[in-house]
Amino acid sequence: MSETSMAGTEGATVQPQLREVPAVRMEAVYKHYGDFTALNEVDLKVAKGEKIVVCGPSGSGKSTLIRCINHIEKHDEGLIYVNGVELDHQRKNIDAVRRDTGMVFQSFNLFPHMTVLENCTLAPMTANGMSESEAKDLAMHFLTKVRIPDQAEKFPGQLSGGQQQRVAIARALCMRPKIMLFDEPTSALDPEMVKEVLETMKKLAEEGMTMLCVTHEMGFAREVADRIVFMNEGKVVEQAAPEEFFKHPKSERARTFLDQIIH
Amino acid sequence: MSHFSPTAAVSYFFNYFLMKGVLVTIGLTVAAVVGGLVLGMGIALLRMSSNPVLAGAARFYIWFFRGTPLLIQLVVIYSGLPQLGIKFSVITCALVGLILNEAAYLAEIVRSGFMAVSAGQREAAWALSLSPWVTFRRVTLPQAFRLMIPPLGNSINSLLKATSLASVISVEELMRRSDMLMQEHFQILEVYAAATAYYLILTSVWDAVQRRLEKHFGRSSAVKTRRVAASAPVAQASVEARA
Ligand SMILES: Nc1ncnc2c1ncn2[C@@H]1O[C@H](COP(=O)(O)OP(=O)(O)OP(=O)(O)O)[C@@H](O)[C@H]1O
Ligand SMILES: [Mg+2]
Repeated sequence: MSETSMAGTEGATVQPQLREVPAVRMEAVYKHYGDFTALNEVDLKVAKGEKIVVCGPSGSGKSTLIRCINHIEKHDEGLIYVNGVELDHQRKNIDAVRRDTGMVFQSFNLFPHMTVLENCTLAPMTANGMSESEAKDLAMHFLTKVRIPDQAEKFPGQLSGGQQQRVAIARALCMRPKIMLFDEPTSALDPEMVKEVLETMKKLAEEGMTMLCVTHEMGFAREVADRIVFMNEGKVVEQAAPEEFFKHPKSERARTFLDQIIH
Repeated sequence: MSHFSPTAAVSYFFNYFLMKGVLVTIGLTVAAVVGGLVLGMGIALLRMSSNPVLAGAARFYIWFFRGTPLLIQLVVIYSGLPQLGIKFSVITCALVGLILNEAAYLAEIVRSGFMAVSAGQREAAWALSLSPWVTFRRVTLPQAFRLMIPPLGNSINSLLKATSLASVISVEELMRRSDMLMQEHFQILEVYAAATAYYLILTSVWDAVQRRLEKHFGRSSAVKTRRVAASAPVAQASVEARA
């Protein structure tokens, strides 16, 4: 395999003083849908290189939380900084933050009318002004990383769910993000395909990528996460290392949640 | 007199005067589609805008032109507007009427096409930092267009036939020229048989074009995006069932 790291060389070249700037900082963030409060005074700090798993019952605000980080959802109150850039609804800041973050969705959201390769080269060419041949090389590099270079000329609809999700990861990596956001990346997959996607994510984690994953894959959480963030009713109820969280959940809500999920 | 002359019908079919009328019909249709699409796209954008005044205006436009007969619209433009001192040539009147009317239908088609593209597509584009223009041009438009082809095709089929209404304001298209021939020779069935044949040919040609467009733009997305492996046997079964 290629010697270039999946996460690029960002981790290695960061200046010591820049290490102080967290990858994500949320302070008293609120998000409302009408009368409903989807995020209720959320505080969260994610250090560079940290791997966070977000879990919690359905409707607890997990998706809303990570979608606010790249401004796909607008927060109503509070402060969000991504790599030191404040998400203050200004176009240029939103753009800067989106360039720093990659996102992987539950339903893949590949562009169905484009080939796998075109899916991967579109953003580098149009948003980064890369030449077609450069973009293709880059795309093939990441498609090789996710182990599907041979599918490059196919359309997404011709691939299995697991392959599609790996393409989606490669597509995001082609923009060389510093932070990867995953929203239940394996929930739409058949059981036999979950593993290949989790393996890809593990590899990414090993290479030092900062990651926030909403997932119910507790095996993955145990193995990869530095910290588990447990949400309930729009609030971050509990944050702890996986070991601690699984063995000694502090809140009653986390205990019942864990009972349900690990049956 | 129970008599129908096939040779007369054939000779009307090859009548140069009638053929020119066919060209006018085609011209009116093409111009109304192009004009209607441009205007309709604009109205669809207004209709989807978050500004309630603009959206309301677009909604009113659609309501008005879809809720009144094209025939009245044509007659008002041709004979009514001169009363207010606004006068156009006959052909301009026909084009204005057809375009205004068609735009109302196409606006709804365009809008529903865009609405049917899943929000996830736009979100993926944002997450990749694509510009709004690239998102529109490369992500939403191609997918919306594919969804628009079937209703667009039906609308164009209707329009092709609706151009015959322009005969009422004396545009010499296929219908009007058939009338003129008929009044000259009184071979009603023969003349209209020729005209009918032309309309059938035009709509059939359009049908064929539409099918090709559907095939061309559907080639990549015929297979669905989600859970392909899981649903493949089902898709297979349904194909077999139809075969
Ligand atoms: N666009 C919206 N309009 C109204 N309510 C919304 C909207 N999006 C989310 N919500 C509500 O906000 C709450 C939090 O939603 P969110 O999608 O963040 O939950 P989640 O923790 O990701 O749940 P799940 O595990 O089901 O994905 C839910 O109750 C949901 O109904
Ligand atoms: Mg969710």
